[in-house]
Order: sequence, then structure tokens, then C-alpha cells
Amino acid sequence: MEHKIVIEAGTGSRQYWIDIIRFRELFYFLAWRDVLVRYKQTVVGVAWAVIRPLLMMIVFSVVFGQLAKLPSDGIPYPILVFAALLPWQFFASALSESSNSLVGNANLVSKIYFPRLVLPTSSVIVAFVDFVISFSILLGLMTWYGFYPTARIFCLPLFIGLAFIAALGPGLLVAALNVRFRDFRYVIPFVVQMGLYVSPVGFQSSVVPEKWRLLYSMNPMVGVIDGFRWAICGNTELYLPGFLLSLSFVAIMLIAGLAFFRKTERTFADVI
Amino acid sequence: MTVRIKTDGLAKSYRIKHASKATRFSEQLMRFAKNPIAALRGTKETSEEFWAVRDVSFEITDGEVIGVIGRNGAGKSTLLKLLSRITDPTRGRIELNGRVASLLEVGTGFHPELTGRENIFLNGAILGMSRAEIRRKFDEIVDFAEIDRFLDTPVKRYSSGMYVRLAFAVAAHLEPEILIVDEVLAVGDAQFQKKCIGKMNSVAEGGRTVLFVSHQMGAVSQLCTRCLYMKSGELVADGETQEIIETYLSDGTGETRVLNRSRKDAGSTTPVWIKNLSTRNEASQPISSFAHDEKIVMEMDFESTAPVLPRGLAISICLQDTLNRRVFTDYRIVDRLIATDPYHIKIALPEGIIAPGNYSFIVSLHTFQSEVFDRLERVCEFSVVDNGTRMSMFRAGDTGCLLADCEWSLPESIVKKEAA
Repeated sequence: MEHKIVIEAGTGSRQYWIDIIRFRELFYFLAWRDVLVRYKQTVVGVAWAVIRPLLMMIVFSVVFGQLAKLPSDGIPYPILVFAALLPWQFFASALSESSNSLVGNANLVSKIYFPRLVLPTSSVIVAFVDFVISFSILLGLMTWYGFYPTARIFCLPLFIGLAFIAALGPGLLVAALNVRFRDFRYVIPFVVQMGLYVSPVGFQSSVVPEKWRLLYSMNPMVGVIDGFRWAICGNTELYLPGFLLSLSFVAIMLIAGLAFFRKTERTFADVI
Repeated sequence: MTVRIKTDGLAKSYRIKHASKATRFSEQLMRFAKNPIAALRGTKETSEEFWAVRDVSFEITDGEVIGVIGRNGAGKSTLLKLLSRITDPTRGRIELNGRVASLLEVGTGFHPELTGRENIFLNGAILGMSRAEIRRKFDEIVDFAEIDRFLDTPVKRYSSGMYVRLAFAVAAHLEPEILIVDEVLAVGDAQFQKKCIGKMNSVAEGGRTVLFVSHQMGAVSQLCTRCLYMKSGELVADGETQEIIETYLSDGTGETRVLNRSRKDAGSTTPVWIKNLSTRNEASQPISSFAHDEKIVMEMDFESTAPVLPRGLAISICLQDTLNRRVFTDYRIVDRLIATDPYHIKIALPEGIIAPGNYSFIVSLHTFQSEVFDRLERVCEFSVVDNGTRMSMFRAGDTGCLLADCEWSLPESIVKKEAA
């Protein structure tokens, strides 16, 4: 028989990863559902994905660029801000979507079998759709300022992937924790709010004093944002030790998140 | 014949915590702070192990339709959850041979904001259908659910009937080798239920294995060839449907259904009074739930203080339903009472004519001069359970209190010949 499954106490299914491939359609459909539902019954609809980052960009440009007069190395401040706002918004919404994905779909978890990993990963897709839409603002800004990117822009997909992993690691961890401890529902919005100011969104990370720079890079988003600025703005250089440190923290978070998720996954239906 | 499902010593335990329940992170931290060693060891003073399913072993082959019956909390739903891989067993082993689709709830994963069309695709994917499969069956599903006019309306605006119909329609068009269904026929109107039973029958005829949990014995006996009877987590009986249903029904609730009275209850001046009353089965066990084709016997003891009653005594019983509609009355006259010993009488109700439902009796000792010695109303409540009557598919409607097998003469040209 092609579909032979043996379940033994304590071991679960041995074909977890095969199952994930088998359930890829569910992945598409859940992502599709979340995208469809996202802006239902709103007046301006998808425009929200443009309006929010646009307003934020204006505020940040005024506060950090005009009032605080932080250096921009000759790059138009709005572009500088937006190159960071893009990955930050993506990270923030991917993290909150994925950490709420299990609890938000509790009825599915308790009534249907599928590899639970499908839920947090598919919920990141919604954030990605918003990301693509708001990317158009960046193109608009670049045309407006007559600022054209270098060949480095082709590295951007790499950093998008990095942002995806940076969000997924803690996302998985928190999603699994959320099943048992609903406290994390309140923790995540707070982390996201604070992270916006802690991460180099409104300013360049070169503003941070040299001796603190490495410590500052422990924030995984520092690496991602620096990477985005490096690819889009072109003239800033990557602070390599910091970038590598960010990278390794991203990797550690992903491994930890995945391990914890897999370990607790089998009890989700009982606890949720 | 291939074995589709095989379980071996299957068991599932849950930990029930009492009083000190620490599900909040802060509480766990607090406990850790108070007593780090105990918290690390995982010592929980007030938790108790509860076995929802224990040592269940069975084998199911191709094309079998199995009913799982048992009272609430017997572990039926947990068993289905284990088989559909939603939760992991604590002990034991399951072997599944083929694609499994489980329908533990109607409309799992329906999103209220999405339209009927969108939900068909979403729900299909959730139940394990591929996109191509859903597309192929789309028209059939819409047809079955009878919602074609509302296909592009968000399901949150659907009536609850439409919602359920759509949800069942999607599930009914699944084509797994093993279908697991939990009590979903309890929804929808009579006509739709009939359609669902028909659909389930055809699924089974297609050689697929169906596992079906229900409290409706009528549906179970219509659909299933074999039954599993669960009782407090254990599989107590496994065999041919009718036999198992009978075991289940006669396995009384534990409390004896015998009404005992003392002299005082009847009023101390009365010369005759009812001492006790009970409904029993053929084997004279006091039970309160009967299959529709089972013999129902009322047994009564009455006592008399006066040896002779001048005008004769009438003993009458009247059967009434829950709306106090009277189904029938019957009586006998007693001419003389000889001793002061209790008299024991048995009244056997006609077999197989009382329709499934809940009933009670009015029992009275009186004379025809309307002198009432003792009278009890709404006593000996009992229920008649559908064990596969012709009416079982109209469960939702009121079909009356009697099962009347009328003689019909129909022109042969308009009747489909019964397949042998």
C-alpha cells in the first residue's frame, strides 16, 4: 500500500517531512485564505498596505532626518528610512501572524490532522504579500528622487529570505509557547513596538558608537536591515563582524524554534 | 481483504489537574521560585491520571462500516481522534492502511468572511482533497448542498441550515480509503439527513471503510454491519450490530428504575395502594431504555388492607408521551381481594408498536364510580430507542407515537422493484 502509516506511542509519525510535502496544497490554501480575508470588509482594502508604511516613513524622516539631523551619507532620508521600514514591517507582521497562528486556528488543530508546521509558515505569506505591495512605494520614492540602485539590488532576495528566517525562528517558538501560555499574546505586540526603535529603522546602524556596535548586532534585525540598506542604497558598507553575528543569531533562533516546535507539536491538540 | 485499521493495546491518558492549575507562565515561574527542585522534577501534587481510552485492540478490513457506540464520556471521540492522528496515543500502536479523512465536526475550517465557493476549496483542502479533485467535484458538491444561488455570498450570511449542508456536502465527496465520522448526522432537517444516510451508504458500497460514531441507534443499525461498544474507555463488546445495540441498551444506567412507595405516600386512609412499579425487559431486568422491537413489561405490586372491596377494583394504565398526549389506556377489573399480602401483576405492552421517543405512565386504582384509591402520574419514565425502524430517517420530524405498518396497495407501474 502506498499510504501505510504506523503510529506508535511516543514516536509519532516517522514520515513527518513526507507529510509536509503531501500537505503542500493545504499550505497554499491557508495562505490564500489569510490573504483573502486580510482586507475583507474594509473600505480602502489593500491600500492599507501602502498607507501605513507611507505615513510611518514620513514621520520617521521628519523626526530623525529633519529634527534630529542624523547623517544620511547623501542618500535621501525617506529612501534610507524606507529601505529599513520594508524589512521591519515584514518581520513584525510575520512574527505576530505566525506566533498567533496556532491559537488563531485552534479549531483546525483540535479537529484535523496535518503537520502543524504548515500553520505558522503559511501565515508568513500574508506578511510577504504586504511586503510586495509596499515595495511599490520604494520604487515610487526612487523615481521621485532620481535615485537608482546599483547591481547590489540583485542580492535583495537573499536578504528577504534572511528576514523570513529571522521572523520564522522566534515565530515558531512563540507559536508553540502560545498554545500553553497565552501570555505571549501580550508579549509579542510589545516586542514589536519596542523593536521598531531599538532596531536601526529611523537611523543607520553606523550611528551606534563603535565599541557598542558588536553588542548592538546581536539583534537579528540589525543584520537584516543593514543588508537591505546595503543592497538598496548602495553606498553604505556592511559591518561584517556585526552582520555575521546577526546571521548566527538568526540561525540559532531558527534551530531552537524548530526544535521546540517539533518537540511540543504532538501535544498541541490536547493542550490548546 | 486488506486490513485497513489495526490497533493494538491502544491507550490515551490525560492529566487532570486539580486546584493548583498553572497554565500561565507567571504561575509556573512562581512555582519554580517557591520550590525549584519539585518544579524541576515535575512533581505535581494535585494531578491525576485519567485514561480516556485504554487497551483497545481491533482490526477493521476493507468495506466494513463500523458503528462506535457508548454513553457520553466513554472515549468514543478520543478513539476517533487517535485514529485520525490528531492526538498521539500514550501507549499502544495503530496501523493505518490507506488515506484517512476524518470528519469530527461539520465545517471545520470554514471561514465566515469567505464565500461559499471559496470555502468549498478551503474546506476541501483541509479535509485532504487536492485542488484538481475539488475542481472535478465542484458542481456535484454545489448540487448536493443546494446552495447554487448563494455561491458567491460570504458564508457568515448563510442560514445555519445552508451552512451545515454546504459543510457536509464537501465532506461527503471525499474519497479516502478510510472515513472517520463523528456524530455529524445530528444536524440538518429530515430530508437532508435522509440524503446524508444515502450518501454514507453509497460510500460504504464503494468498498471504503467507514467508522461512524453516533447516539442514534436507528442510523447506526441502518448503516453499520458491525459495532464497537465503548464503556469508560474500554472496548467492552465488538460484533454484529443488532446484538451490540441490544447489549448497549440493556446495560442499564446503573440506577434501578423501580419506584418504591410506603403506605404513607398513598394516604393512610386508602384501602388499596401501589407499593412499587417498574418497567422491565423480557428477562425481568428493570431498565428504562428499550429498543423499539423489544418487549416492554410493566410490573406492579399493590397491597390492600381490606380483604373485600364491595364494588370491584379497576386497575388502569395509560401511556403518555412527553407532551402529555395519551397514547392508549388499558384496564382490568379485579372482583375480589382475598389476602392482605401484596399482589404482583405484570402488564406486557404490545410489541413493536410504540414509536421511538420518551414516555411515562399514569397508573390508577379506582372504581367505576370514580372513586380513586391511588393514582400516580408521570411515573416509570422510559424511552424507546430506534433500532432501525422505517421512520428512523425522519428523526427530526414528529411522526407520531405509534409505528403503524399499514397495508398499501400501489400500482406496480409506479414502484421500483426491490432489488433482491
